[in-house]
Amino acid sequence: MLSIIIFLPLLGAVILALTVRRKESTFPRWGSLTVSLITFILSLALLTRYDPTAIGFQFEEQCSWVPAWGISYHLGIDGLSLLLVLLTNLLTTISILSSFTAIKHRQKEYYIFMLILQTGILGTFLALDLFLFYIFWELMLIPLYFLIGIWGSADRIYATMKFILYTMTGSVLMLVGILMLYFKSVAAFGHGTFDLVKLYELGLGAHEQFWMFLALFFAFAIKVPLFPLHTWLPDAHTEAPTAGSIILAGVLLKTGVYGILRFCIPLFPLAARQLAPAISWLAIVAIIYGALTALAQKDAKRLVAYSSVSHMGFIILGIFAFNLQSVSGGIIQMINHGISTGGLFLCIGIIYERRHTRLMSDFGGLAQNLHKYAVLTMIIMLSSVGLPGLNGFIGEFLIILGVFKHNILYAVFATSGVILAAVYLLTMYQKIFFGPNDNPKNQKLADLRSHELWALIPLVLLAFWIGLYPKPFLNIIEPASNAIVQTMQTPHTSETPSRFMVEAVHELPPR
Amino acid sequence: MLDYVWLVPFLPGCAALVIGLFGKWLRTRSGYVAIAAMLGTIVVSLGCFWDILHGKGPFTQHLFTWISVGEFKAEAALLVDQLSVVMLLVVSVVGSLVFIYSTGYMKGERGYARYFAQLSLFAFSMFLLVLADNFVLMFIGWEGVGLCSYLLIGYYMDKTWAADAGRKAFIVNRIGDFGFLLAIFLIFWTSGTLTFSGVFDQAPVIYKYGGGVVTAITLLLFMGAVGKSAQIPLFIWLPDAMAGPTPVSALIHAATMVTAGVYMVVRCNVLYSLAPTSMEIVAIIGAATAFIAASIGITQRDIKRVLAYSTISQLGYMFLALGVGAFAAGIFHIFTHAFFKGCLFLCAGCVIHAMAGDNDMFHMGGMRKQMKITWLTYFAATLAISGFPLTAGFFSKDEILWATFRSGHLILWLVGLVAAFMTAFYMFRSLFLTFHGESRAPEKIKAHIHEMPRSMTFPLVVLAFFSLVAGFFSIPKVLKGSAWFEHFLHPVTNRGAEILHELHVADPTPHVPELELLLMGASTLIVLLGIAAAYAVYIKGWPEIPKAWAQRFGVFYKLSFHKWWWDDLYNSTFVQGTIRLAKAAWQFDIFVIDGVINGTAFMVRSVASRLRKLQTGQLQAYGVGMLIGINLIVLLFLLTR
Repeated sequence: MLSIIIFLPLLGAVILALTVRRKESTFPRWGSLTVSLITFILSLALLTRYDPTAIGFQFEEQCSWVPAWGISYHLGIDGLSLLLVLLTNLLTTISILSSFTAIKHRQKEYYIFMLILQTGILGTFLALDLFLFYIFWELMLIPLYFLIGIWGSADRIYATMKFILYTMTGSVLMLVGILMLYFKSVAAFGHGTFDLVKLYELGLGAHEQFWMFLALFFAFAIKVPLFPLHTWLPDAHTEAPTAGSIILAGVLLKTGVYGILRFCIPLFPLAARQLAPAISWLAIVAIIYGALTALAQKDAKRLVAYSSVSHMGFIILGIFAFNLQSVSGGIIQMINHGISTGGLFLCIGIIYERRHTRLMSDFGGLAQNLHKYAVLTMIIMLSSVGLPGLNGFIGEFLIILGVFKHNILYAVFATSGVILAAVYLLTMYQKIFFGPNDNPKNQKLADLRSHELWALIPLVLLAFWIGLYPKPFLNIIEPASNAIVQTMQTPHTSETPSRFMVEAVHELPPR
Repeated sequence: MLDYVWLVPFLPGCAALVIGLFGKWLRTRSGYVAIAAMLGTIVVSLGCFWDILHGKGPFTQHLFTWISVGEFKAEAALLVDQLSVVMLLVVSVVGSLVFIYSTGYMKGERGYARYFAQLSLFAFSMFLLVLADNFVLMFIGWEGVGLCSYLLIGYYMDKTWAADAGRKAFIVNRIGDFGFLLAIFLIFWTSGTLTFSGVFDQAPVIYKYGGGVVTAITLLLFMGAVGKSAQIPLFIWLPDAMAGPTPVSALIHAATMVTAGVYMVVRCNVLYSLAPTSMEIVAIIGAATAFIAASIGITQRDIKRVLAYSTISQLGYMFLALGVGAFAAGIFHIFTHAFFKGCLFLCAGCVIHAMAGDNDMFHMGGMRKQMKITWLTYFAATLAISGFPLTAGFFSKDEILWATFRSGHLILWLVGLVAAFMTAFYMFRSLFLTFHGESRAPEKIKAHIHEMPRSMTFPLVVLAFFSLVAGFFSIPKVLKGSAWFEHFLHPVTNRGAEILHELHVADPTPHVPELELLLMGASTLIVLLGIAAAYAVYIKGWPEIPKAWAQRFGVFYKLSFHKWWWDDLYNSTFVQGTIRLAKAAWQFDIFVIDGVINGTAFMVRSVASRLRKLQTGQLQAYGVGMLIGINLIVLLFLLTR
């Protein structure tokens, strides 16, 4: 089942490559849409058969691949990866839909790369063997390289190079980390293995964990991206074609967080505990710094890109507070960020396609003639602001709730980021949609076409669903975050309540 | 009827959805859909009120579990008790009247359906806020009304000033919400629950009287209230909020939403009673706001701005009441204020309509001749807000002042009294400037002045009627009344006092009927003085005396006219500061972080151009290189082990 889901897009890509000859054919877009839609439906079937109460991985597939080095083809899914797979497939379908009119040249190659990208991301989320994971991890890069480099906007070459260099640096460190882990397993088990489930039982000492954690964390932190490793993101997001930005923000950044949750923390809990304060502070800087930088932007897409830095900071902060609420909040916020920021990029892409500019000063007053577009963008924008009743609130609330228990100071800083989010997003919305519509170029713009409407509606519905009734999502997430919390609660590292809480307890009168 | 309480938020919520989706098709019918929903909420609210009155309740209706992670749980559940049912009645009745009025006021506007969709969404959020049985659900309503306020302030969206005002309202409110959110977290981690009953039942056990935690909680909650209810230092958004259509100002920015902060503090009266320091602060902020806003109201020329500052000032009175422990009096003032301030704003809407959109009172005058009903209702509501004897405002304001005095806050009482004088003065000033004297309007507009259609005058009459008689719900005992309103709310608003009683914290001073009568007389005198002064200046002395006074008291006049320079102060510090910080952050990103990255890249490139010679194209050479590399890694690893 999992293999089918992973490789169906790749198969689709191969078929596209072999069959389509004519340049103007509409087959690539409809074909790739069908393939990604089927993949999405298959992953929904996975959801119906998934048992949220069971512990460990489900739908496991394993067969030996390079037995000499302990490499196996091992796949499996848990609550965390299940939701991310669903998100990936949904957003890929939506971004293919959004490319229908946006991509005009070399369509066949474009859709082929989109499908390969989907396979790469799905493999990353489903691989339970470090070697296999690494292969998929690298596989993601190649199609993205071409997607940004060929179909991006003016400054695309600089952006692509920066993106690739950043991630390659991370990859190299990751490879070193993985190899170190492999040799540890040789020493521990007598035969080496790349199998994650086995490596979980390695039981490393604190000092050994430290360096391996750093090597892997560095690679993942670049992907997240965590301050100060984030400067590839504004360039890549801004220069990428709309679909590329949606996938980058919506899914690709999550591979970094996923890596931290899947590898860094369970494999090296002691190091994670030790480095948590430093990482939390970086996350807080990211939240505020990202928000402030977003506020200074003139380019709408770049503004949203910086807002990602801020929002991803929330997720990291939540995860490294290591309690049930904050980690669950962090995981659901990964989904929310995919919906909200993916949605915002989609919205900006729609207007970019019509006007070929992203500068907010080129717009104004669009709410007067683009009604549907204005309403849907407003909802997506508010979901990113974290308005209660929409998805963003659930994630931010749970994160800060948990962080508050862990460290009140962190929570205070994080909450101030919530204010700033309202400032920059409302300012952006106002500049584009409100005020007089006095630019003649903007007065005759067409409202949403049907394929754009259909790309946006699922995101809006999801935003409401998670905001109003998040229970089904939280049911899937809770076991996964519980596992993380359990890992961190080894006897001598058990949670110490923050000082303020101790004082609060001291105020209790004797009963 | 209590079982059907879910209908109260549900009906306007549905109306909002239906109008939102099918507004294009509904057109002017969307107004009727919204009104029908609101009338439905009146019926259900009255039913709930009837049940509560007959001793049923408090009643909690569980709808579904909203969020649940580990020990944290937030239910979607509605709570009906004496307090929420009073708020339900206010919101549904005033709301319906404003909806009806809007069908006349908004006639022919481009965004007619959008307006009613947003107004219905507001009603939905407001009902949710009032009915929530826990802090998190209340926060949804809290932010929901904020959103609708943002949307409706910015209703004239092609105007930059309207959009600016909406955004300002939302952001200033968010600053308050920062406190509200932190308070929620603190409550949860100290009490383990967020339902009102759960927190308040445990409060006397968990929180020490006057302890740091409960003080922190109440102050943070109050921060939220300060934002929403436009108190010092966050009141600056409300005057700008007048950019919205006038019925919106009447409903959201006078009668209902802005009182949410007061409602929330009363809801948490158990916590506040345990935190005497916070109570003191609430009282001081309230009195200061009442005073400062009234002093600004005296010199404003825009009729809506006068009313906006008077709203801020009256909200200040409400907080003063809460701060001195008179929680029921605060709610009573919400109740009466909703009628007279709603009436005043709707009258102002009629006036502005007649003046073809001009808000400046100095361009008006003499309008009573053409607009009899508007004039009379405005007159009635002005009497009420000034606290003229036997009107609604008289009873509610006097109760507050009396409670302030009785609790020993003599200075605050004096401040309140001076503010009452100013209130009478500036309200009658607005009445005289608008409706009396000679018309100062240009000829073209003068010919246009006319009375408004029934749909607009009917709500005025109803509200004016209530402004005059609503006070009789709570005639104080000293005037041989039964103080029914206070009694009705007693089970909710007196819980804090009961707890203090159990903890043996000092009771307020005993009741002295003679003194109460004396103070009542004093405040009546003050009000009459205020009215007389306004008459002397704006009827007898017009136009020389106002000019002369403005010059003689130049400093005070400027202070008042420029709103104590609050906006300028914030603009030059916080706003500009944030913008500068944002720009600095971006510069840092470009030059420092990217500088390092690009510098490294440049270095790598220059090294690489030398290393290029190694590219021989021979596979064997590469193989050797890879082997050496892997060995190096392994070696490194072995050394660090």
